[in-house]
Amino acid sequence: MKEELFVSGRNIPFIDPVLHIWHWQIPLYLFVGGLAAGLIFFSTYFYLTGKEKEYPIAVQVAPFLAPIVIVLGLIALLLDLRHPAFFWQLYTTIRFDSPMSWGAWTLGAVMPLSVLWPLSYLTEIRAYFDGKNRYIINLIDWIFKMMKQYWIIEWVYKLSIEYRKPIAIVNMVLSIILGVYTGILLSAFNARPLWNTSLLGPLFLVSGLSTGAAAIMWMAKSHHEKIAFSKIDLILIGVELFFIVHLFMGFLASTAVQQEAAGLFLGGEFTAVFWGFFVVGGLVFPAILEILELYGFKIPISIPAFFILFGGALFRFIMVDAGQITRYLY
Amino acid sequence: MRYAMAMDTKKCVGCSDCVVACQTENNVPHGFCRDWIVENVDGTYPNLEMEIRSERCNQCEDTPCVRTCPTGASHIIEGGIVKVTHVECIGCGACIQACPYDARYFHPDGYVDKCTFCDHRVSKGQDTACVAVCPTKCLYFGDLHDENSPVSKILRERKWKVNAPEAGTKPQVYFLI
Repeated sequence: MKEELFVSGRNIPFIDPVLHIWHWQIPLYLFVGGLAAGLIFFSTYFYLTGKEKEYPIAVQVAPFLAPIVIVLGLIALLLDLRHPAFFWQLYTTIRFDSPMSWGAWTLGAVMPLSVLWPLSYLTEIRAYFDGKNRYIINLIDWIFKMMKQYWIIEWVYKLSIEYRKPIAIVNMVLSIILGVYTGILLSAFNARPLWNTSLLGPLFLVSGLSTGAAAIMWMAKSHHEKIAFSKIDLILIGVELFFIVHLFMGFLASTAVQQEAAGLFLGGEFTAVFWGFFVVGGLVFPAILEILELYGFKIPISIPAFFILFGGALFRFIMVDAGQITRYLY
Repeated sequence: MRYAMAMDTKKCVGCSDCVVACQTENNVPHGFCRDWIVENVDGTYPNLEMEIRSERCNQCEDTPCVRTCPTGASHIIEGGIVKVTHVECIGCGACIQACPYDARYFHPDGYVDKCTFCDHRVSKGQDTACVAVCPTKCLYFGDLHDENSPVSKILRERKWKVNAPEAGTKPQVYFLI
């Protein structure tokens, strides 16, 4: 038996006995980052492939959510900093080695562009919410009123419509970077064996895209569009399950520290919540509902959509919490 | 110049004098520490083995903390000492996540703090506070590029190991075994 003790009485807050310096803010941001990436990706992709008429909600309406959730994520990130007033230091330098620096600059670019993209569909978004949500209608009317008062807003609005295609291309590329980045942020830390796998980037991207597709099918009006995104989601869930199996295969075939990290999910304290609530509740269960729906059963689409979104958020909370526990042993 | 430290696990009695000296010298806030003593007990009674180590930031050659810092607050100064510029640190925690030795912590004032190898003392040719006070003289400090420095001499004479070399950080605190 090997036992390790701090005999000098080390008990630093959030570091001993196990690291816990990242709380709810980082996983929340990783979730909304992935969700926004999914929303923007599907919107711009189906616009660029000329399916605007076929999937009107996905292309025109759903992306309005993206800047809203990104702002939520930015607030969470700001709250995570111990020196929030110094956040601008991120934008005084570009550090190519630091994933967080990349992320800060990506967010800096995504934020305005994710506003510009749905802005060009303001009238379509208004039509979708007409008679449904008074507050959003009032907000959009207020934006139109502001346009009349301030020429610059109107100029930006016209610009967003005129240059819709280049904006879509840039947004699509950025959405993929944003989605992958949420995973790379974690995988770049080699001191945390659970995170230190190159699969995390693709896994988080796929998971983010699937939450985006879930949000779109929840909002969709036509049966055709609902079914289309239900199918996309099914494929993404399949890929996600494939990645998860590979993740654990990789861990178990790796060094002692990564085997120990995998042990947290294979009999350890995260076993029930990971396999029960995330894999079964957030992936397999909604996938079964979607398959039943494809075979003609009447299932409200909000149920699988909710469970996918819930699973996506839970997955990030589990990964951030569990990853901080794992460490090198010496 | 490459500063390094060697720590004799056979001589250390775990008195924690180095810990207190550091806290006093560097005004470390109450409840925090930049160095600490680890006691490793291995085996089954009666065949037990014990190792005592005085640990601190390893001032690594290949520094994941400096690499992941998004603002450049974490940096390396002459002699390979890893330092944090307090006014550039936004307290994001990336470097704390990146350190395999858990050698960094959030100072209550909002920035990240860590062992500095007492750069304010060693630049004047003095020893670090922990080395200066050690009553068993089990800590050695000096320049690895100078073959007459205490640390170079002892590393030539004795067998040594470093903590978690597989983390790939090339740590510069050596443990004599």
